Amino acid sequence: MVEARTQAARLWNLQRQGQVGTLAPIDGHEAVVAATAHALDPTHDWILPQYREPLALQRFGPEVLEQYMLYNIGHPHGSRFPPSVRVAPLQISLATQIPHAVGLAWGMTLQNEPGVTTVFFGDGSSSEGDFHEAANLAGVLKAPVILLCVNNQWAISTPLHQQTAAETLADRAVGYGMPGVRIDGNDAAAVFDAVDEARRRALDGGGPTLIEAVVYRLGPHTTADDPTRYVPAEDLEAARRDDPIERLADHLAGLGLWDEETRSAVEAEALIRIDEAFERAITQPLATDAIFDHCFATDTPRMARQRAALLDSAP
Amino acid sequence: MTGTSEMNMLQAINESLHGEMARDERVVLLGEDIGHVGGVFRATEGLFEKFGAARVVDTPLAEGVIVGSAVGLAMAGLVPVAEIQFLGFSYQAMHQIAGQVARLRYRSQGRFEPAITIRAPFGGGVRTPEMHSDSLEGQLANIPGLKVVTPATAADAKGLLAAAVRDPDPVMFLEPLRGYRGIRGEVPDGDHVVPLGSARVAREGDDLVIIAWSYQVELACRVADSLAEEGLSVAVLDLRSLVPLDIEAIADAVDRCGLAVVVEEASQTGGFAGEVVATIIEECFWSLEAPVVRVSGFDVPYPVGMLEDTFVPDETRIAAAVRRTLETA
Repeated sequence: MVEARTQAARLWNLQRQGQVGTLAPIDGHEAVVAATAHALDPTHDWILPQYREPLALQRFGPEVLEQYMLYNIGHPHGSRFPPSVRVAPLQISLATQIPHAVGLAWGMTLQNEPGVTTVFFGDGSSSEGDFHEAANLAGVLKAPVILLCVNNQWAISTPLHQQTAAETLADRAVGYGMPGVRIDGNDAAAVFDAVDEARRRALDGGGPTLIEAVVYRLGPHTTADDPTRYVPAEDLEAARRDDPIERLADHLAGLGLWDEETRSAVEAEALIRIDEAFERAITQPLATDAIFDHCFATDTPRMARQRAALLDSAP
Repeated sequence: MTGTSEMNMLQAINESLHGEMARDERVVLLGEDIGHVGGVFRATEGLFEKFGAARVVDTPLAEGVIVGSAVGLAMAGLVPVAEIQFLGFSYQAMHQIAGQVARLRYRSQGRFEPAITIRAPFGGGVRTPEMHSDSLEGQLANIPGLKVVTPATAADAKGLLAAAVRDPDPVMFLEPLRGYRGIRGEVPDGDHVVPLGSARVAREGDDLVIIAWSYQVELACRVADSLAEEGLSVAVLDLRSLVPLDIEAIADAVDRCGLAVVVEEASQTGGFAGEVVATIIEECFWSLEAPVVRVSGFDVPYPVGMLEDTFVPDETRIAAAVRRTLETA
């Protein structure tokens, strides 16, 4: 969590220097993402992220950071996690990844593969038709999927009460015949327990679970957003007093497992890792005709001509 | 396996699905009403009984998640064959078709193999209710990463569907509603695969070539046959697939004839016939003896029953376009 927060700050600086593109900071989501990753089994379970999560998904493989840096500089290989990393590419078209998670979970069941899929989406995405259609199908199929709605109160500038008239998002689970759980997403232990329970149920054939993890978006929607135009300052101030990192730090400090020295060491290591990853990313080669790669397994005749023409015109 | 059997397109499609499911246990069928009842047209008849409920799945009524879950099934290493009951309903899945299915390989830079086939009947002429008959092949062909296949004969329905299911890339397999029972022919027994991207010369001819796909090939052949009685030699080129497009076959036919008419059922503006005409201009402008003419649906929404015959190109309109082109030259 500290690693993710530290690296997010570095990314923010890199973005402001024009070194990486627009990105969505993780601030405020660290506990829900990191604790979820820790409750899952990276060798059998899948995570389908939205776009805010990668820095806290590094338990699923150190390559996550490497790929995320490539992604942020706009290198096409940024979405290609290696086969050992069971993380799907980031998803910008909101909620479209939820049907994929249901289909993947269903496909694993058909092939008798033990494991669950966990899909991250937000309070805004819960208004999309894909959420409804996918949750409904997951319920019907009893697919081993965890629908993890991170309710951070804001969909860019739209507050939750304009997103839904429902009292809670977890309530919607009733309509899909699955358990709905509402948890404090700033409480890493609560997140771990909820995901662990949902995972066990799914593996036992009990089907999907909808988890609503309530957090507060502590940063802007993306580096292109100015939340001071719409987030009440007093609300943000109150949310900062409930910072998920400080809550866990206080708890661990009370147990004698965490102190400022440890934090400084984690932060220093995190910065070294992201700086190294950034250096590797910007020196990654990119072929002149890479734009055509992996559109189809084999170029169509028309694409083959386009590729040849591009190569011919290249300096 | 050298024999043939006479059957309609629906039976050919059904036979192809039986063959593919038996050949590859990763093939999974999903869609509305495809299991117990065997599909509203019976295209999937007998598959549920033969391959079971795990591989032939009746889904909830939700086109978006039929396609969206097929993406997940492909990510799991399966080979989903999804059915959209009528192509007009695919608008409710278009965000998954265009944004996700077509981009799965590209977005993951080759990690995930989108071996997904989406079958859907399309086209008019059978007095279906609103939204059942839309021809969206031009819109689909404009989506990079998607193959668009349009069989016109029973044999091709079997062979192209087998190729689509085996293809590592996503294929929109568009079946002519009017051809389901209206087109019959000899179909090779056993394993029969027609590679995607190779057009078929449906009629030989030297004076003019009609370029068409799907059910319009049937009409074009009837026009060619009737004009042959007047001594006119009209060729018909069946594109079979719009993506990949057989550019060479188009160029060969137009270079030989010097005159071309392109027929489509979709509305004209932005339709695929325009793409074919542009290809002709690029490839064989100097062979042309007269302007290329398009015969298309009109630029209106697909109409209700009493207006259907006005909208859909028929033999009269195709023949008139052919005569006009021959007279212009």
